[in-house]
Amino acid sequence: VREFVDGSTAIVRGALDAGCSFFAGYPITPASPILMQMMRELPKVDGIAVQGEDEIASIGMCIGATLAGARAMTATSGPGISLYSENIGLAIIGEVPLVIVDVQRLGPATGGATTVGQGDVQFVRWGTAGGYPIIALAPSSVAECYSLTRHAFDLAERFRCPVFLLTDKELNMTTTTVEVEDYEAPPVRARDVLAAGGPPYRYLPAAGVPPIAQYGGEGIVRFTGSTHDERAIITKSPAKVAQMNEHLRAKIEDHAAEIELTRPDLQYGASTLFVSYGVTAGAMREAVVRLRSANKAASCLTLNTLWPVPERAIVEAASAVRRVVVAELNHGQYRREIERVVRSAEIVGVHRVDGELIAPEALVEAWA
Amino acid sequence: MSAATTITPLATYRNDTPYPFCPGCGHHLILDHLNRALTKMQLDPRRVVLVSDIGCSGLSDQYFAVSAFHGLHGRSITYATGIKLARPDLKVIVIMGDGGTGIGGAHLLNAARRNIGITVLVFNNFNFGMTGGQHSTTTPSGAITSTTPGGNLERPLDVCATVGVNGAGYVWRGTSFDKDLADRIAEAVDAECFALLDIWELCSAYYMPSNRATKRTLATTLKELGLEGGLLYRAGHPEFAAAYRAATTSVRGAPRPSPRPVTPRFASPLERTFRIVIAGSAGGKVRSAARLIGEAALLSGLWATERDDYPITVKTGHSLAELVLGPRPIEYTAITRPDAVILLSADGAAKAAGRLAAMRPEDRVFALPEVADAKTSATVRVIDPADAPVRLTSSRLALYCAAAAMKELGVVTVEALLAAAEMTKGEHAAENAETIRAAIG
Repeated sequence: VREFVDGSTAIVRGALDAGCSFFAGYPITPASPILMQMMRELPKVDGIAVQGEDEIASIGMCIGATLAGARAMTATSGPGISLYSENIGLAIIGEVPLVIVDVQRLGPATGGATTVGQGDVQFVRWGTAGGYPIIALAPSSVAECYSLTRHAFDLAERFRCPVFLLTDKELNMTTTTVEVEDYEAPPVRARDVLAAGGPPYRYLPAAGVPPIAQYGGEGIVRFTGSTHDERAIITKSPAKVAQMNEHLRAKIEDHAAEIELTRPDLQYGASTLFVSYGVTAGAMREAVVRLRSANKAASCLTLNTLWPVPERAIVEAASAVRRVVVAELNHGQYRREIERVVRSAEIVGVHRVDGELIAPEALVEAWA
Repeated sequence: MSAATTITPLATYRNDTPYPFCPGCGHHLILDHLNRALTKMQLDPRRVVLVSDIGCSGLSDQYFAVSAFHGLHGRSITYATGIKLARPDLKVIVIMGDGGTGIGGAHLLNAARRNIGITVLVFNNFNFGMTGGQHSTTTPSGAITSTTPGGNLERPLDVCATVGVNGAGYVWRGTSFDKDLADRIAEAVDAECFALLDIWELCSAYYMPSNRATKRTLATTLKELGLEGGLLYRAGHPEFAAAYRAATTSVRGAPRPSPRPVTPRFASPLERTFRIVIAGSAGGKVRSAARLIGEAALLSGLWATERDDYPITVKTGHSLAELVLGPRPIEYTAITRPDAVILLSADGAAKAAGRLAAMRPEDRVFALPEVADAKTSATVRVIDPADAPVRLTSSRLALYCAAAAMKELGVVTVEALLAAAEMTKGEHAAENAETIRAAIG
C-alpha cells in the first residue's frame, strides 16, 4: 500500500520514531512545517517543542537540553544555518549529539524563500570557525526523509556530533507517493551515558567516542566551548589542545567508511556515470531510466552521505567510466569533491541556480 | 539517583582552585556570596548547573564543585533554558557580564517574558574587562572606556526595568559590597521563576582607574542615572517549564503519527505519465482540488505527486499545483509541457503562460469563461459554472473544473474522485462530493 505524503511529515515521523524528545526552531520557509508539526506532536511523547526567539536561541536550547538528557533536533533553512554557525562549533567542540535539518532554498541571503536550491552543501561542511568535520546526510526521496532522519539520530549518538539532514524545499513541501514498505527503519542506538561521574571527555584513542556525561545524574558534569582537557577544564597546553583537536577530527574522518551511504545503480558498458543527491537525484534516476529504455547504457550514483565524502563508493562507481556528470542546484559545489577524488574520468557539471529543478532532459543531453 | 541517597552537608561549594581574577576585581566578592548562598541552601551539587557566559566572569564556573556549562558569548540564557526545560528539577544559575547582557539582549528579554525558572546573575562592571575595557550596554553616559575616549555618548540599559516590565518573577539590583547579596541570591534561586540580580561591581583593571570609580561612586552613579536598588519587581506569572507540562498533559500518551495508507479500490486506464497543471488564484482551493485528485489517483493504484507554487503572501496572487500521475514511481515532479491545464484565473494564466505556450493541439485546456482566451495551441474547452445544477461559490470552482476535466480525460474514474472526497477532512467531504457530482452532470 502507498500513501500521499510530503518530506516534512516523513522527517517528523522519523524523528519521533528515533526517540526525539526536544525540538526548538524559528519559523522560516520552507522549514516551518517541521516546526509546526513538532509543536503539535512532541508533547504526545512527553517531549518538548519550543519556538525560540531566533535561530541562535533555538539551537542553544537544543544544546542545553541534550546535555540534560534530551535527544534534540532543530530545523531551518540556509539563512538560519548562518545564525546557527557559532553554536554548530559549540556542538562540535563540546561533542553534543544534535540533528540539524537544513531545508535548502535558493540563496544567498533571503534569496528565494519558496524556491529550491542546493547551495548549502559546502556551507554545512565549513560553516563554523575552525574547520572541524561534521556529518551530513541527504535524502533523495520522501521515504529516505524518514529513514535518514532516523539514521541521523543514530549517527549523532554514535559520534557525538552535529549531524545535518540536508534536504530542500521540493523534498519537504512536494507531496509524493510512497510505498509504505519503502520506509526503512534503521536501528537508533540508545544514548551511551556516563554512569557515575568521571571525566566527561576522552581523547585517547583519538578516534574513540566516550559516553556522554549528562546533568542531573550521579556525578558533577562540566561542559565548555573553550579548548579543554578531559575534565572540561580550560587549557591552552599545546599537547592537550592538539590531542583534543585530533580527536574531533579522527572520530569522524577515521570512521568515514562506516558513515558512507550511497545508492549505486551501475550498468555494464556505461561510459557515463551520473552523480547527484537530494531532489536532483530523482531527476538523475529518471534520466537513467529514459536512457536505458532508449538502449543507451548509463550508470548513476545517489549520494545519501555528503560529509564525510563517500570517497570509496565514488571512486568505485567511476572506475569504469570515461565521463562523470555531477548534477546539483548550485554552481558545482560537490563537483569539487568529485574532481578531488576521481582522477580517471572527465568531470562535467550540470547546474541550475534559478529556483527551478534540473529536468531529466538536461541530464539525458549530458550523456555521452 | 535513588531516594535513599543521603546528601552530606557541604561546608563550601568552592573547589580548591583559587580565583584567577585581578586584585580588587568585584568578581571575588560576588562569587563568595554565591558560595555562601549555595552553602546556605545545601543544594545537591549534582542538581545545580552554573551556566557561564563569556568574559572574565565566564571563567567563574571552574571554581565551583557543581555542574557547569561554559558556552558562547551572550547565549548562556539559551543553554540554561534548554537545561531547565529538559530537567525542571535542576537549579540553573547563569553568570554573565554586562557584555553578555548586551549581545544576548533578545534572549534576556524573551527569557523574562517566558518566566523560565533560571536565576541570572549579571556581573555588571560597566565595561568589557577581558578584551581591553571597551564600553558595554550598561556603561554610564559620559564614562571613559577604551572605545569612548571622549566619554560615552550612549545611555546605559536599565537591565532591571527591561526584564521587570516584561514578566520576570524576581528582579533585584545591588552591588558586590552588599552584605545581603548571598541571601538575595538564595531567595532568587529558591523562587523558581526568571530571577535576575543586577550586581554592580568594580573592574580594577579598566573601569576603576579610567573613571576613578570606587565603592562610593557606585551609589552616586545609581543616583545620577535615576535608578533604584533593592528588590524591584516580584511577579507570579506561571513558570514556563512547569506551564508547558501542565498545558500538554491532556495530549500526553496520544499515538505518534504514522503512515496513512490509501488502499487501491479502483482501476485507472492510464498507461503513461500524465501531467496536469491547475492554475488559479490564492484562496481558490487549488491545492485542495489537486490533493483530492492525487488521492483519487492513489485509490486507482497510480503514483502521484503534487507540487504547489504560490507567493509568500499566501492570500494574494497565483496558486498553482502541478500534478504528475502515472503507473510507475515518479522521480521528477515539475512540469514543462502539461498534458492538461485547468485554468481558473488571470493570475493562474499569467503564472502558467510558459507552460500553456509549450502545449500542442493534442493537449487539453479546461478554462473558466474569463480565461478562455489564454495563449496556447492546446485544445481549449470552456467550462461554465453557470451550467452547474447547483450554485457554486468561488472556493468550489477549482474542484468543479478539475472533476469535469477528469471525466473527460478519463485519467481517474468518477468513483475514485468520490471516494477521495470522502477522505476529505470534516465538513468539506459532503460539499466536495456534491461539487464532483455537479461537474460530471
